[in-house]
Amino acid sequence: MSSAETMSIFSPALSARFDALVLKYPVKRSALIPMMLYAQDEVGYLSDAVIEEIAQRLDLTMLDVRNVASYYSMLRFKPVGKYNVQVCTNISCMLRGAYDIFEHLEEKLGIGHKGITADGVFSLEEVECIGVCCWAPAIQVNYDFHDDLTNDKVDEVIAAYRAKAGRADAKGESANA
Amino acid sequence: MPKLTSHPDEVKIISKRFGMGAANIDRYIELGGYEATRKCLAEGSEWIINEMKASGLRGRGGAGFPTGLKWSFVPKQSAKPKYVLVNGDESEPGTCKDHLIFLHDPHAIIEGTIIAGLAIGAKMGFIYLRGEYRYLIEIMEKAVADAYAKGFLGKNIFGTETEFQAVVQTGAGAYEVGEESALMESLEGKRGVPRIKPPFPAVVGLYGGPTVINNAETIASVPHIITMGGAAYAAVGSERNGGTRLFGISGHVERPGIYELPMGYNLKKMIYEVAGGVRGGRKLKAVVPGGSSTPVLLPEEIETLGMDFDQVGKAGSMLGSGGVVVIDDQTCIVEFALRTISFYQHESCGWCIPCREGTDWLKKSLTRFHAGFGTKKDIDNIQYLAENMMGRTFCPLGDAAAMPTLGFVKKFRKEFEDHLDGKPCPYAKHVEVALV
Repeated sequence: MSSAETMSIFSPALSARFDALVLKYPVKRSALIPMMLYAQDEVGYLSDAVIEEIAQRLDLTMLDVRNVASYYSMLRFKPVGKYNVQVCTNISCMLRGAYDIFEHLEEKLGIGHKGITADGVFSLEEVECIGVCCWAPAIQVNYDFHDDLTNDKVDEVIAAYRAKAGRADAKGESANA
Repeated sequence: MPKLTSHPDEVKIISKRFGMGAANIDRYIELGGYEATRKCLAEGSEWIINEMKASGLRGRGGAGFPTGLKWSFVPKQSAKPKYVLVNGDESEPGTCKDHLIFLHDPHAIIEGTIIAGLAIGAKMGFIYLRGEYRYLIEIMEKAVADAYAKGFLGKNIFGTETEFQAVVQTGAGAYEVGEESALMESLEGKRGVPRIKPPFPAVVGLYGGPTVINNAETIASVPHIITMGGAAYAAVGSERNGGTRLFGISGHVERPGIYELPMGYNLKKMIYEVAGGVRGGRKLKAVVPGGSSTPVLLPEEIETLGMDFDQVGKAGSMLGSGGVVVIDDQTCIVEFALRTISFYQHESCGWCIPCREGTDWLKKSLTRFHAGFGTKKDIDNIQYLAENMMGRTFCPLGDAAAMPTLGFVKKFRKEFEDHLDGKPCPYAKHVEVALV
């Protein structure tokens, strides 16, 4: 796929990773779901350009790609905050105060379910079970788990991410660095 | 990082290397790792399957199907390549056991995958983890790369003529993909919609080839069974339920955590001794014994209940994924039922109408009910709806939603009646569920 190499919207590292990924499977299409997730990690969401390039790389139509993407809850067609705060409220977390944590975050960040803060640093989401039931209540910020939470611990977690966002801004890093 | 817990009653087989740095391949080898694979390479397929049958190991994903028997169903001769598929989609609420295996002992998963491949004659295995487990996927990918570097995976594994390739795959958020045929669809780059059975995966599976699909904990148990011998493993558990399993105790207990206990271990003891009892000295109201899809049990039902597939089945529930969710007397069962059904409504793939419509109407009814606008007829309607979902869908998601709902309505009817006629919920604060 020489055209994708020259015209890829992805970073050279991700582009090279995708070149290798399609060769791992007996059928190229098996790379679709990982590809969409890794592209989303870099670009922030599945933009039209992302969908177009993935479709091209896998010999699929853009409709095929959208159709599969819409099934998976982690894949999105719109950007989220730099730090996407996902609060599990499923049974094990609920029994240990997940809704209090969620409400605390709503108040603290001034946004609701699927909201994004005005500065784009945080977004908030109520999610289904994230597989940390025995260490509940828990949240996942992007891919990082924070478990055994209280409102105080949540404040520390949020403060740490806010500081990180501040440092990244100072260094002029891109939003998804 | 999830905390490791411990109790003297534990029998550590699968968890024996937890917390010992075994994600490092050299450390894993030092601890006796990859010996089981060498032994299997020497002994061959028939011997492996016989050991597995003798072990009495039954599928740890929830169905409890005997693993050795499952492997023996794969045809010896096949025109299409055969595959091993490890199910690490772990998404059943209350279940987080595989999380610890991937974190602490990824090479046990690789060994189990190779051994399953040797047993059925597959040259390739896929290890599928849910997308949320990104840090565990990275640990698994590193472990696979290390195993390739040592020659334990590749064209000539351990210097033999045998080939075995392993690929780690990420999901992207879908409970439904934990069902075996939906998992294969997902791995083929499609929506995770279940396939109709038969044909079963052992005959027509991934890419149309014969496929063995096992839960991650099942696969991680395999090298230990080979090392200790099938019969010795079987002796640890109860009748027809070999070995141990990783029970995850969550909810209202003093010491929630993952504990490895012999099959058949008493549930009451598990809650009151192993997990330190109900939190804050409160009283036990109910227990969900094996993940959110398993029907709820009352305190009087767990007195002498041994936690194995047969005994929990006889008690009218299921051992499921071994995720024990403990509920205290300050909890509103209607709210708990609503949160449970909201999950299944969210996760239903929409392929089968009884599941798609059933979960949606159950959620609507329970939402209205919990808000205090229910009528007495609603209670019967909830039961009627759930009963009519049972057994009428391609995959077990419909049953998984209906079974716990039926349990709540039947066992806590009085509590449902307490919500009638605009009465405020006696317990709960949270009425709406925001998820869309």
